[in-house]
Amino acid sequence: MTSVPERAEAVRLPIRGDGDLTAVRHQVRALARELGFGLVQQTKIVTAASELARNTLLHGGGGEVEVVRLEGPSGPGLRVSFTDSGPGIPDVERALQDGFSTANGLGMGLGGAKRLVQEFGIEQAPGGGARVTIASWAVSRPAGFGA
Amino acid sequence: MTDGPPDSGLSSPDALSAFLRRRSEQIAQRWADLPLFQAVFTVTRDEAVEASHAVVASLADVAAGGRLDDLEAAGFLPVRRQLIAMSGSRSRSGLSLAQVDREFGALRDAVLDMLPLDQAGQDERGGDDLRLPLATLFGTLRVVVVETMLQENQEVVLRQRQQLLEMTTPVIKLWDRLVAVPLIGMLDSARSQVVMENLLEAIVEHNATVAILDITGVPTVDSLVAQHLMKTVASARLMGAECVISGIRPAIAQTIVQLGLDLGHVTTRATLADALEWAMDQRGRRDRDPRPLG
Amino acid sequence: MTNPSSIPVLDLGGLLLVSIQGELPDDAAVALQEDVTNAVASTGSRGLIIDISALEMVDSFLARVLAEVAASSRLLAARTVLVGMRPAVAITLVELGLTLPGLDTARTVTEAAAGFGVSIARTGGREEWGA
Repeated sequence: MTSVPERAEAVRLPIRGDGDLTAVRHQVRALARELGFGLVQQTKIVTAASELARNTLLHGGGGEVEVVRLEGPSGPGLRVSFTDSGPGIPDVERALQDGFSTANGLGMGLGGAKRLVQEFGIEQAPGGGARVTIASWAVSRPAGFGA
Repeated sequence: MTDGPPDSGLSSPDALSAFLRRRSEQIAQRWADLPLFQAVFTVTRDEAVEASHAVVASLADVAAGGRLDDLEAAGFLPVRRQLIAMSGSRSRSGLSLAQVDREFGALRDAVLDMLPLDQAGQDERGGDDLRLPLATLFGTLRVVVVETMLQENQEVVLRQRQQLLEMTTPVIKLWDRLVAVPLIGMLDSARSQVVMENLLEAIVEHNATVAILDITGVPTVDSLVAQHLMKTVASARLMGAECVISGIRPAIAQTIVQLGLDLGHVTTRATLADALEWAMDQRGRRDRDPRPLG
Repeated sequence: MTNPSSIPVLDLGGLLLVSIQGELPDDAAVALQEDVTNAVASTGSRGLIIDISALEMVDSFLARVLAEVAASSRLLAARTVLVGMRPAVAITLVELGLTLPGLDTARTVTEAAAGFGVSIARTGGREEWGA
């Protein structure tokens, strides 16, 4: 694996409508495959990205996704960040609980996405808007399966 | 490990570099006959000479750069791959780290032996001046070798752990569209995950309608592993296969109850034989009693 | 804009078959839900088979659509069988907590059809399912 500076690999995509979700899934899938993620790992991070992209659309009123390739000590990884300029997430604690949803879905958006990846973070901008970031690493570190 | 060249001999790295380049051919010829190169390049001696030349040239570059004790010196980069291949080949033949290190040490001795000869030809440059920088340079080379070997070993360990995981979780086709995994030994989170993925793949491969997870040989189960097993059953069901867990020891049954885990949706049987009977019955029922369209 | 009704709903004589052949955008999934429910009602079918073996991913939105199709079909007296889910998709759904308890599942379309007492002959197949 070449040690390219991570910025060189960053891809930004807009999330403005349903059609953009497909592009997000394809981008994440392609990079995960290229980095050597196993099929289960690929599917998990693509699904997490799909959940979060839809959240960005439904709760954040649209926004942007950034897909970045990482170089970790034990192998390559993948980070996906979703930024919106919506009202933010009023109660993060509650939003992470299963069954909590303010829009369509099975209420698995945030909490579910968190279980599918190894790293998960939420940042809130004071003036509104949220940034949700997920990351997973290829092989050797077992994905947080039920952890 | 070693200090840099003394102040009095500021030019000694340059002198060393010049010496290495000047004597490159002789050094390469000597190295080619040492156990290290002989053992690695078994086909022709020319290969060993050529490889030796490459290493000498790199060392000369490092010396010319003046940073004899710098592991990251640019000069080491071209030979790193070569060193990895050589040390890897030696350790695969069963040599210990110390033995490989000794073989690399022999390279230095061969060069040191040549210093008096060279001094004879170049008497105004004291050969003694080169001893210290030479020792420094080879000390650095050995650290590079040891470092790459340790790194290699770590990768081997990781690879073997993965292979062991695969090996200890075989999926067996018991009957047409019936697969089983007899688990033996401790189950941890990583292994349960491998079990799950292997079993689900086998369900696809054999078009299995029933899968048996037999844990007769598993001494204990913690809550995380129990959850993995339940997730395996749930995943199999989503894929269209029934999964039964057999061989739950009394102690494990108690643990599961004490942990408050609900196995209500999971079919369990005391023994593998019972599970097999259940599985055959299940298959029979599917074939015999379809739920016809009204 | 994609044509919403691009996925055919096949009527195999009282048994409906929907085969999702590729990634399903949200709007297409919603359109499919409507098409299938209408087809169940208009044909009076008692069985519905949804083949998702080509899907590489099912997120909570699509899972909800599938669960709702099954629920509304049940109201119309039809039983839904989900067929061919891939292992990675199943593991991910379970991790999400979506075990779809209201849905019946089967490995293959042939097997699902046999569960309805319908024999789908496979050319060169080893087995013959009795009706």
